[in-house]
Amino acid sequence: MNFPILSSLILLPSIGALFLFFTKSNKKNNFTIKYVALFTSAVNFFLSIYLWILFDSSTSDFQFVEERIWIEDFINYKVGVDGISILFILLTTFITPLCIISVNNSIKERLSEFLIAVLIMESFMIGVFCSLDLVIFYLFFEAGLIPMFLIIGIWGGARRVYSAFKFFLYTLLGSVLMLIAIITIYWLKGTTDVVELYNSGIDIKYQNLLWLAFFSSFAVKTPMWPVHTWLPDAHVEAPTAGSVLLAAILLKMAGYGFIRFSLGLFPAASEIFTPLIYTLSVIAIIFTSFIALMQDDMKKLIAYSSVAHMGYVTLGIFTIQQQGIEGSIIQMISHGLVSAALFLCVGVIYDRMHSRLINTYGGIVSILPKYSILFMLFTLAALGLPGTSGFVGEFLILMGAFKDNFLVAVIASLGVIIGAAYMLWLYKRVVFGKLINTNLKQMFDLNRSELFILSCLAVPTLVFGFYPDPLINTIEVSISDLIDQYNLKLASKS
Amino acid sequence: MENLQLILPEIFLSLSIMFLLILGVFKKNSSRLVQSLSIVVLIVTAVITFNETIGINETKLFNNSIIIDYLSSLMKIVTLLAAFLVLIISSNYLKTFQIFKIEYPILILSSVLGMMVMINSNDLIVFYMGLELQSLALYVLATFNRDQIKSSEAGLKYFVLSALSSGLLLYGCSLIYGFTGSTNFNVIASQLNSNEYALTFGIVFILVGLAFKISAVPFHMWAPDVYEGSPTSVTLFFTMVPKIAALTVFIRFLYVPFLNLIDQWQMILIFLSIASMLFGAVAAIGQTNLKRLVAYSSIGHVGYILAGVAAGTNDGIQSSIIYITIYVIMNLGLFSCLLMLKRDNKYYEKIDDLSGLSKNHPMLALSLLVILFSLAGIPPLAGFFAKFYVFKAVIEQSMYFLAIVGLLSTVVAAFYYLRLIKIMYFDEQKEKYDTDHGFWLKFSLTASSLLILIYFIFPSQLIEVVSRINII
Repeated sequence: MNFPILSSLILLPSIGALFLFFTKSNKKNNFTIKYVALFTSAVNFFLSIYLWILFDSSTSDFQFVEERIWIEDFINYKVGVDGISILFILLTTFITPLCIISVNNSIKERLSEFLIAVLIMESFMIGVFCSLDLVIFYLFFEAGLIPMFLIIGIWGGARRVYSAFKFFLYTLLGSVLMLIAIITIYWLKGTTDVVELYNSGIDIKYQNLLWLAFFSSFAVKTPMWPVHTWLPDAHVEAPTAGSVLLAAILLKMAGYGFIRFSLGLFPAASEIFTPLIYTLSVIAIIFTSFIALMQDDMKKLIAYSSVAHMGYVTLGIFTIQQQGIEGSIIQMISHGLVSAALFLCVGVIYDRMHSRLINTYGGIVSILPKYSILFMLFTLAALGLPGTSGFVGEFLILMGAFKDNFLVAVIASLGVIIGAAYMLWLYKRVVFGKLINTNLKQMFDLNRSELFILSCLAVPTLVFGFYPDPLINTIEVSISDLIDQYNLKLASKS
Repeated sequence: MENLQLILPEIFLSLSIMFLLILGVFKKNSSRLVQSLSIVVLIVTAVITFNETIGINETKLFNNSIIIDYLSSLMKIVTLLAAFLVLIISSNYLKTFQIFKIEYPILILSSVLGMMVMINSNDLIVFYMGLELQSLALYVLATFNRDQIKSSEAGLKYFVLSALSSGLLLYGCSLIYGFTGSTNFNVIASQLNSNEYALTFGIVFILVGLAFKISAVPFHMWAPDVYEGSPTSVTLFFTMVPKIAALTVFIRFLYVPFLNLIDQWQMILIFLSIASMLFGAVAAIGQTNLKRLVAYSSIGHVGYILAGVAAGTNDGIQSSIIYITIYVIMNLGLFSCLLMLKRDNKYYEKIDDLSGLSKNHPMLALSLLVILFSLAGIPPLAGFFAKFYVFKAVIEQSMYFLAIVGLLSTVVAAFYYLRLIKIMYFDEQKEKYDTDHGFWLKFSLTASSLLILIYFIFPSQLIEVVSRINII
């Protein structure tokens, strides 16, 4: 395999962005600009599908590895994928084109800049998921802040400045500690190469502090309770496409980081801090679900539900059970699809009515039948109805949790009920009931592009709900190997 | 004769200064000519330095009072290039205020000469001579726009405070001379007796003087006022060039004679570094004038530079030099932007004047965006790497407290850089600024922002350049 497929995946969107940068933007060629961006991201999507086809799921080794000297005797540019990371790359390349299609209605000005930001974001996010060097990982992880800050700040809603600042500073504060940890690892081991670090392990007496430093970064990004407060603000103020990127992909970087680095590099510390993660996850699941229940802003409700869903993810990861981690990854993929869809659903009616408040709506089922059906599908997927991808993830996570800790699993299961409550109540208030607000009658049903986007998201949600095998086959070996390694390292040190 | 060849750059520069002075006096209206010739002189001096001395092994001249080695040659070249860039972008600004006079380039050349002597110094007396030469030129430069009251105030303030610090520094020199019997760095090193507390006093006094020159907290008081009052092109000079020379002296002074007393001075440097980083980050938040904001931000950056020096290793020194090089590039870009905020022969320097810049001048705003994110230390821009190397050196010495404080203050500092970006990109647009800035201003802005942007593609080059510095 000589063709550098991963580097191409990282570079391609940036090249597209560069092309857009040199294209003069005016009202006339908005169409062209959009198609250039769409073409770039679509090519990237097919490239990643090709990557998935070539991917050998029978081994847990890193594949398609590329290594180049970047800073002499210090850092190598090293990328590669295994079963854990490949799905996130697919998710990224799948969501980005849909985001680009969705800007039709929501972004009125500075379209070309917006698309540049989205494409660069895609580059960085793919970089995060396939980098095999801590410094490179950190670089991509942090660099993503810049485009997202601009997306929220320039194209956001009324309180966009506050939200953009909060997003940026929260995440930066979390991440700088990770940087210290990365440099410390380099100082201890003389390398930041993840594969080498996997093999050699890190001295047990340093693990706790290093784990906490990584945790501070991932916890903010996940986001875990109590550092989740930036997320509702960022989601509410970001434009629809920004919310979609944020919910579908950005949040997954932390979950991925937990699996790849916290479990992989610091098994002893992970074991010690599992109760902490359990506690925070359970609080996130129960507490933010209740908060979601009483929101009157739709985007905020979905944002809080994201926090709850990510609570399941962190819970599942730290069960260190095959099912738990598989469930977490599937839950992340599913949440990527479903929350993206839900934000798009909110975006659809927001574009028409310019209101995100739930009580503006009611009874729109008679006006927007197509919309109501798709919205229902995603609502049910969000609450984890069997037959949707949400169910597979949650079920596996809870199964893993029951194996590991009965009490935690019981409490987390209760969260499913509250989750169902707020999602169904949201759906009831928006779609059913009497049509009181007569302005709503001017609304028109989904147009072609909206229907296309939502259907694109609906298909995998249903397919993976009934038939999750392709996902599980891809990740299975990598995860079982990760757990074996984890237990082996744990045993050898205690 | 071999001796003179090694200090050929200094000789050439001094002769050129005298020649230009005479030329300027006897030929009427020659300011443009003198300006151009000065630019040429700087380049030629840099080339001579590069050719004659960069490959030379450590050589000492004139009773060991001058040292020529890789560090000094490299820093001289950086100084000369920085001064060159200042000169090429300042002419439009000076013409607007009708202070486009022959003295300006000549004073800059003289202060550069002083800095070169400082960088070369291996002796307290030589060092002090160089320091005073550069300071005297800088006092005049600060007041260069003499019809403006703020400029005069800046010069006077700088003069008084600087004289005070020079006095302290000289007192420190005399203490050290008194207890070691020599002013030569190497002799001092061999005579060192760590039981003499007065020696520590001497070091402290000299450090105070140097900290003043590099504007580290708590000796930073002059910086915001002087930066605000001086003509913008002079402020640009202040924020970068003297710092390069002062950093070199910092390194040379601490690591050659007093390496054995590292326990004594390391704490002082750590304190200076932490105080500068924190204060720079916090105090800049409330500023409304761009030049004052830059002053506080430069105080913060000095903190990071000193953190590298405090590490006490070659890695630390190299990281400081990388930091200052990248800092010079970022600052150059930042000031090029400031010099472009001009409308109807008036320069705007309030932060609100950036409002809506992204709509009126998208390319200018984009360059400034890159520079500001880089100053804030966000990857993958050059500013991140500068901080990364410094913290790597610091953490290798297990100075975690310094590293954590430093990185936390980058978060605080990020706030005010973001605020500028917010004003440019999120706020309502105002009137447009002029766009006829001349080639050099546009060139320096484009070049610096491009360098910052693509630095991550070839990060090893700069490391290779500094990796030959070997003081310890």
